[in-house]
Order: sequence, then C-alpha cells, then structure tokens
Amino acid sequence: MSHQELWIAFSTIVRKEIRRFTRIWAQTLLPPAITMTLYFIIFGNLIGSRIGEMGGFNYMEFIVPGLIMMSVITNSYGNVVSSFFSTKFQRNIEELLVSPTPNWVILSGYVLGGVARGLAVGFIVTLLSLFFTKLQIHSFGVTIATVLMTSILFSLGGFINAVFANSFDDISIIPTFILTPLTYLGGVFYSIQLLPEFWQGVSQLNPILYMVNTFRYGILGVSDINVGFAFAVIVLFNVALFLVALKLLNMGKGIRQ
Amino acid sequence: MTIALSIKDLRKVYGNGFEALKGISFDVQQGDFFALLGPNGAGKSTTLGIVSSLVNKTSGQVEIFGFDLEKDKAAAKRSLGVVPQEFNFNMFEKVGDIVRTQAGYYGIPVELAKQRAEFYLKKLGLWDKRDSRAQMLSGGMKRRLMIARALVHEPKLLILDEPTAGVDIELRRSMWAFLQEINEAGTTIILTTHYLEEAESLCRNIAIIDHGSIIHNTSIKSLLQQLSTETFILDVQPDQAESVVIDGYSVRLEDPHTLVVQVNKGQGLNGLFAQLKNQNIEVTSMRNKSNRLEELFVSMVEKNLEKKDA
Repeated sequence: MSHQELWIAFSTIVRKEIRRFTRIWAQTLLPPAITMTLYFIIFGNLIGSRIGEMGGFNYMEFIVPGLIMMSVITNSYGNVVSSFFSTKFQRNIEELLVSPTPNWVILSGYVLGGVARGLAVGFIVTLLSLFFTKLQIHSFGVTIATVLMTSILFSLGGFINAVFANSFDDISIIPTFILTPLTYLGGVFYSIQLLPEFWQGVSQLNPILYMVNTFRYGILGVSDINVGFAFAVIVLFNVALFLVALKLLNMGKGIRQ
Repeated sequence: MTIALSIKDLRKVYGNGFEALKGISFDVQQGDFFALLGPNGAGKSTTLGIVSSLVNKTSGQVEIFGFDLEKDKAAAKRSLGVVPQEFNFNMFEKVGDIVRTQAGYYGIPVELAKQRAEFYLKKLGLWDKRDSRAQMLSGGMKRRLMIARALVHEPKLLILDEPTAGVDIELRRSMWAFLQEINEAGTTIILTTHYLEEAESLCRNIAIIDHGSIIHNTSIKSLLQQLSTETFILDVQPDQAESVVIDGYSVRLEDPHTLVVQVNKGQGLNGLFAQLKNQNIEVTSMRNKSNRLEELFVSMVEKNLEKKDA
C-alpha cells in the first residue's frame, strides 16, 4: 500500500473507533465524569479539608492530577479492550483481515482510538476539576508527553487483553483485579512518603506510580520519584507492549484459525 | 489465459490434529463462474478461509492473479472480495458507514468511497437503508449488504460462501441475475452453495471437494454428461390403484396420481409416452425429480465414501 493508502486505512480505523465511543457516550464519557465529580466532592472537598496538606499542596490540588490520570488509564484500556474484543466476537475483524491493511496499521489505529477516548475523558475530568480547584501547569511538555504515553501504554495493554480474551468475563478480569488495585496503590490519593520504607520500595514496583507522579510533576512540579527515570520506564513499556501486540496480531492469535 | 486463483498443494491441519485439507490443487481462470462444492465439513470453508487470509495454512501456495498471498500479500488481497457465510459486520453501525469503512481499509479516498458506496448500495437496493443500523435489516438485506461491502474496492475476484442461504426464492433469483451481470462485466466469481440448482444455473466450471481432497475438477457441462440416468416425475390421470409396468423403464408409483420414472442416458421419452397412451394413462404434467447436478453430486460423494470405507 502507498503512504497515502496507509494513511487512509489508519484514519478510517481511528474514525470508526471515535464514532463508536461517541455513539455510546452515555456508557463511555458520562460515567467517568460522574465518578470523578464524586471523588472531587467526597475526597477533595469533604474529607480533603480535614486531611490538610499533602506534598506541599492542599489535598484537592494533590489528588486532581492523579484522578485525571486514573480516568485516562481506565478509559484508554477500557476502550481498546472492549472495542477489539467486540470486533473479534462479532467477527467484523474479518473486514480488516481480508483487506490489505498491514497489522501495524490495525494496531496503531486501535491504539489511537483508545488514546482519543482517554484524552477526551481526561479533558472532561480536567474541566470538571476547575469547579473545585485552580489548576496551574508547571510544565506543559511533561504533562502532555506523560498523558499521551500513558494513554498509548494502556491502549496497548487493552489490545493484548482483548487478543487473549475468549469471553466478556475475560475483558473485566484484568481491569478489576489488576488495574484498579494498582491505580489506587499508585499514589493517586497519597504521597508514598507517607508509607514505611519497606512499602515505599514495594510501591516502586508499581508502574502506575511512575505515570501518576510524572503527570503530577507536570502539573504541580512535585514528584515522589525521579521524572527522567519514570519517562524511561514508560517509554520502555510502550515499546515492549507494542512489539508484543504486533507479534500476537502477526501470529493471528485469537483471530485466525 | 490469466489465472485468477491458483491453489497448489494446499494443506491445513488444525490444532486438534484434524487434517482439513490434504494437499489440494486447482486453478480458476479469469472471468470464470466457478463452483466449489462439497458436503459439510469437506474443506470448502477452510479453503476459502485460507484464500481470504482468515485461516492460516499449514503448507502450500495460493496465488491471486499471480500475486503470492504470502509474499505479495497487499496486491493479492486487493484483487479479492469476500462474501462470508455468516454475517460479520458490526450490527450497530449504519449501512452506509459499513460500506464506506470497508473502502477505507483498501486505502480508497473518502470521496471515491462515498461514490462507490452509493453505486453499490443502489445497485443492491439498499440505498434507502443507508442510514439504518445493520441490525434493522432483514436477512436478505444483510446478505446484499455483505455483497456491496465486498465489491466496494472493485475486486477482480469475488468469493461468495453460500450467498443465498436462507434467502427467499425471489431474492435468490435477483441475486443470481446480479452476480451474472458482474461476472459478464469481467469479475471472476467463486461460489460455494448447498443449492446445486444454483451452481448448475450460474457456474461454468466446478470442483468437488470431499474429506479434504478434490474428487472432481471439470466443467459443469462435461460433469453432467457423466449422468447415466435421469429421474422424472409424472402427474397422471386417472388415479392408479396398482403399480404401472412400462417395458424398458423403471417405474415406481409414488401415490395414485404420481409416477417416478428413471430414464437411461440416450433412451428417449417417446417409448414411455407411447406405452402410457396404450394403457390409457394421461400425463398432465412432468418435471425432473431434482436437478441433475444434485443427483450426480450425491452419487459422487457416496462413491468417494465407499472408496474410503473399502
């Protein structure tokens, strides 16, 4: 395929993905807006006012970056896992498999669809947060780069989950039993400085900690971990997951007999 | 003449050890209307699945218009359109979006995709439904949608896996007319079907596959010449109480007013009618018991089974 044809195929997949999550906006865009508003009210306003400062900022300011990142992570992952699994389940993946669209374009298209939803939800949550606190961006570059790479990473994770999934139960196991606990323990609601040294070390094995803290650094200018190292971890995960997802697609795992 | 599809020594062994294809080979010429027939589980869908890139082959070679499906994948796929047996589009998408999206997967620019989608949806009587969700279409409309989707990139080879399954007779006839039209316009068509009347009416050449092997690959015309007998059903008057005996013909009384007569190849029907007239039996109507290809197909598959059992 020529470069122009590849671009058309890629943008077709992305448009289709965006059309899908905007068509069902009441299931995709509205729930995170409601959930995050409740977090802002309950944790930020009601409980936060009694907690006082965290990392040198009032509690609401501290949790806003974490909550934005949490919504980006869950929505990027959720978009690709449900969309690609439905495509497999309804067998309309065959529309792509019979076409000359190469696998790396299929993968990139689905990932960008997940990124689009992650960023859309992140943007909505950011707007909502402005009702509760003032948001000052410490570093635009770090903020945008972190949110983008995290979104890509979890879109790739969702894709791999969908490749292995054989039922709708299989696409909820990882978000429920792995993603949610890691997110809650990834420094969204607290600074790991509050933890005993041993648990600080354990927390550093959690990849989400690096993303939340790098994003918090981009907005507030504070982080529990080294930002350069965190970037390297995120990039490494992105490259590794992209290669794994592409390999699975080339093998036809779960989609070709 | 150009070969539209060339299959050489194609073999498929599934993960459970089942050998679905045992090294089959056949060619389909450009412009042909070709039938791939076989009983359930014979290997038809596996063959078409490999050609469509939906099933991984174990070994062998597939070329579409000279493009190797492995080495020159994009060019091979661009030459091919596939209408699968099962509905495989997103039921929640709009009809127009399904066709335009498929065009996008082939790198067709948006404006051209819109024009092509309009052309094929109009051609297949679905233009009025372009903004309806696919789930709202009737079964026949869904089948036509799959044909429109397969044609939107204007492939030179179209594969249809049981395209008229579950379609009423009127729609089936109109789909036949459409397929004949695009075949006459130059599209090579490969068809699998359980309606052998369909294969007999539409196709010029045929391959019969059974237990993963090709047992016949020839023209329909020469295949039908192998028929040794033909069965006719005669409606007669008055009603017959006892079996009718006609010299030289095998006759069975199905019910008091229906005779089933087997006529040997080259035997002619005049002798039959003369003897019926002598016995004061009037023939009010006459028809084939089933289509000729069906009889032949059943006997070939049975013979193949006997050979295997032996």
